[in-house]
Amino acid sequence: MIADEQHFVFRMRGVTKVYPMGEVEVHALRGVDLKLFPGEFTVLLGPSGSGKSTLLNILGGLDRPTKGTVHYRDQDLTAASDRELTWFRREAVGFVFQFYNLIPSLTARENVSLVTEVSSDPMPPEDALALVDLTDRRDHFPSQLSGGEQQRVAIARAIAKRPDVLLCDEPTGALDAATGITVLEAINRINLELGTTTTVITHNAAIGQMADRIVRMHNGVIAEDQRVETKIPVAELRW
Amino acid sequence: MRTLDRKLIRELGHSKAQSLAIALVVASGVAVFVMSVSTLAFLRATRDAYYDRFRFADVFASVPRAPDAVANQIAAIKGIAALQTRIVSEVSLDVPELVEPAVGRLISLPDSGAPVLNAVFIKRGRLPNPDRHGEVLASDAFVESNSIDIGDPIQAVMNGRLQELVIVGVALSPEYVFQVRGGDLLPDDKRFGVFWMAKRQMEAAFDMDGAFNDVSLRLLRGASEDEVIEQLDRLLQPYGGVGAYGREHQVSARFLADEIKSLRATAVVAPSIFMGVAAFLLNVVLSRRIGTQRIVIAGLKAFGYSNSTIAWHYLKSSLIISLIGAAIGAVAGNWMGSGLAKLYSEFYRFPTFVFYPDVRVIFVAIGISLLAAVVGSFRAVQTAVRLPPAEAMRPAAPASYRQSLLEKLGLTALVPVTVRMIIRGLQRRPVNAFLSSLGIGCAVAVLVMSRFGSDAIDYLIDFQFSRTQRHDLQVVFYETTSPAVFNDLKHLPGVQTVEAFRAVPVKLVNGHREHRTSIMGLSQRRDLFRLLNTDEIPIRLPPAGVVLSDKLAEILNVKNGQRIWVEVLEGAKPIREVTVAGIAKEFSGTNAYMDRAALNRLLRESDVLSGAFLAVDARHQEELYQDLKQTPRVASVSVKSATIQQFRDTIAENQLTMQSFTVFFAAVIAIGVVYNTARISLDEKSRELATLRVIGFTQGEISSILLGELAVLTLLAIPLGWLIGYSFCAAMVYGFESELYRFPLVIQPASYARSAIVTMAAAAVSGLLVHRRLQHLDLVEVLKSRE
Repeated sequence: MIADEQHFVFRMRGVTKVYPMGEVEVHALRGVDLKLFPGEFTVLLGPSGSGKSTLLNILGGLDRPTKGTVHYRDQDLTAASDRELTWFRREAVGFVFQFYNLIPSLTARENVSLVTEVSSDPMPPEDALALVDLTDRRDHFPSQLSGGEQQRVAIARAIAKRPDVLLCDEPTGALDAATGITVLEAINRINLELGTTTTVITHNAAIGQMADRIVRMHNGVIAEDQRVETKIPVAELRW
Repeated sequence: MRTLDRKLIRELGHSKAQSLAIALVVASGVAVFVMSVSTLAFLRATRDAYYDRFRFADVFASVPRAPDAVANQIAAIKGIAALQTRIVSEVSLDVPELVEPAVGRLISLPDSGAPVLNAVFIKRGRLPNPDRHGEVLASDAFVESNSIDIGDPIQAVMNGRLQELVIVGVALSPEYVFQVRGGDLLPDDKRFGVFWMAKRQMEAAFDMDGAFNDVSLRLLRGASEDEVIEQLDRLLQPYGGVGAYGREHQVSARFLADEIKSLRATAVVAPSIFMGVAAFLLNVVLSRRIGTQRIVIAGLKAFGYSNSTIAWHYLKSSLIISLIGAAIGAVAGNWMGSGLAKLYSEFYRFPTFVFYPDVRVIFVAIGISLLAAVVGSFRAVQTAVRLPPAEAMRPAAPASYRQSLLEKLGLTALVPVTVRMIIRGLQRRPVNAFLSSLGIGCAVAVLVMSRFGSDAIDYLIDFQFSRTQRHDLQVVFYETTSPAVFNDLKHLPGVQTVEAFRAVPVKLVNGHREHRTSIMGLSQRRDLFRLLNTDEIPIRLPPAGVVLSDKLAEILNVKNGQRIWVEVLEGAKPIREVTVAGIAKEFSGTNAYMDRAALNRLLRESDVLSGAFLAVDARHQEELYQDLKQTPRVASVSVKSATIQQFRDTIAENQLTMQSFTVFFAAVIAIGVVYNTARISLDEKSRELATLRVIGFTQGEISSILLGELAVLTLLAIPLGWLIGYSFCAAMVYGFESELYRFPLVIQPASYARSAIVTMAAAAVSGLLVHRRLQHLDLVEVLKSRE
């Protein structure tokens, strides 16, 4: 993937985030500069508390930086209103969470429809579920699905709106290795087939080997930003 | 948004017990509201139609005797639409099968045609023939209570002569919707009846040829009632008129108006409580749901759902619960309303019964319940909307606990860890704890209120009939009689004590405030008819000055020691200034009292008597009644035990229905609140409790943490509920208060105790239900999920 410096998807400049957690202040990000490019598969690595999730939340318009600017293409997210951020999330971003965040009272297909109903150019929920190989499980409730299946539903839900970017927060964090691989395969397939700019955060360094780029975070700053020269196929990942 | 709606419906289904509990609280409020308001509308409409159709008069006056010619002068008063003169007289009756004497009020009917005003509705039989001796129409209530019917004869002492009356028809009149004699607390249909007799026959019996003693007027639209009354009084004064009064002072009309007033109080007070509780419950439940759905909300926001969509989503569940409640309540309220209307209709003997559901009332009720839902959900929904998505994504920060008073006092070692957890839990969220207690307190309050009616009546009966009016019989004479009659009464069979009284109609005036009543002249030494002051200590009548009932003092706005004007309405009609020498506590009427000698001096008349109170040996009762029935001078005899019985029966009929409803509703609130509180605290703590189980706590120990908190909340709720209940009873006493009667603000300790016991029982049942859920706590599942 060739990085054209002018055509970024995201550009963060001097992003700092401080938030109160109970009775202490947490400095989650301390002046981060970062650009993400179209179609790029990036893995954000770092130990817990390094600021990965905060970074992802800010990219996804779920949170605002305390200081610094964030641009999505030519839109300044730091200056956007709540309504504009809602619109940005609705149209441009697909989220996958560590704990799936499926709504327990809705079936797999209904969980996907939740998103397709509010976006302007979605694919049918059935197609999204087919992309993650869950066609035959689509009428099951979350409690009837395994962890890997639930996470794949979450991925289907994220990509059903045909988002420009896919943001995944520890998508395999709650899964065993074999199940994690199937989930990563699904994400990889979306990235390759739909060309969706994809960012995955994880503390599992092995996952970095399937990406185009690895960004390592430590204590709220980017410690290392490297291109992956030789990607390993997902099926061969081991941890 | 079909998928979100599906989520909503499934979640409602999942928490159906909780949702139903809230819906039932809403339903209770709506039911009471619909019942009261539709019955109110029914009563008003039926009364107005009745008054209109049977030409109920606007102004009434009576006079000892006025020649017919005066009627023409009255008719000339500006603003009068119609006029009806009559002969009205009270007679003592001997009714078959009735031991004690009864009182009949005879009213003349025109010899031909219907009365111009105060027409009668003939339910059965026919009009009396003006040429036949003693034929009468009898009031429906009297006939029914005494199980007599058309064709039955009744002995009457008319104008001092014994005569036989024959019932030829049974009738109803708008003038006697409440068949109650002035001065009585409640109707006594068995011992007081209204009869209509042809004018010709009445003229003969009462020597009233060419004269009348009663006049009713109907006013033209826009005419001034005060002016008409003033002119009427001026015309009747030479003939001894005691003053005309408007419809609002007509006894039956006033009873009816009071009933409507008290119903209006019910329509406001009870539904307010229920809606308040429902709003509170919705708030608690929704706050909780939103609390557990932090992540869901964050997810929805991440997918691009707008704040307003999310707010509407959560608000909708409150609205649905409220709507379900409103629907149940509207149906139940209509059913109860038609039942109550039927009861009233029988009680008041309206000639017609037409009850139909009032759609507007139902819409208003639905509106109120939706409003309660919005108010109740507002805070919770606002929390959901304000939740920044990224923050919601993170697990909530550990709740900040502080050292409790226990630690500060150094008592930590003395209390087990479970108790410490309970105390810290309550202390961490004092507002929530207070609100939960307040909710349970509302149930306690409703229970207190449900007992208040009978407590007040018990107190009233004890006060009225054991502590103040201690006589067995009250005898009233036709006209004032010389004190010699005192000895006659004393020698009647079984009579133990006689205390005579004199009653004089008066108008009491203080500045621009005035009130028409009568002054009762009592003897100085009294034991049968006592007056108690506001501290319930017997009042000694002063040698001069007047003692007023507390309500009368309030109406006139006078205090002890102030001076007021007394305008006597009979005889020489003197106007005198007197000092208010005492205030007597009374729950009925607006009465004034004086020493009899002082009253005589005020009137500048010699001593005469209007009636007497008697204490009677029960063994000679029947003999005494028989004698009294035959005594021409005696216009009426009221028997106290019969009055009490009547009072209880009437009240019981009215109150019992209402009370059983209230107790049911109180139980609904108690269980609704306690169950919801328990369920929510289970949901909030399930993770914590499961963790405790995992690290080795027993089932019993974790139960005691959960239920212990509930127990503390319930115990705190009880005094709070007593206080709220007392305040609401005070508001009801104020709402029900009328000139005719007031309710004492009395709540027995037993009622407080009962409210506490019922609430604790409801809490225990709810606790048990939750305890059972605790046994099914899936430890692994609870620990696995993030929330």
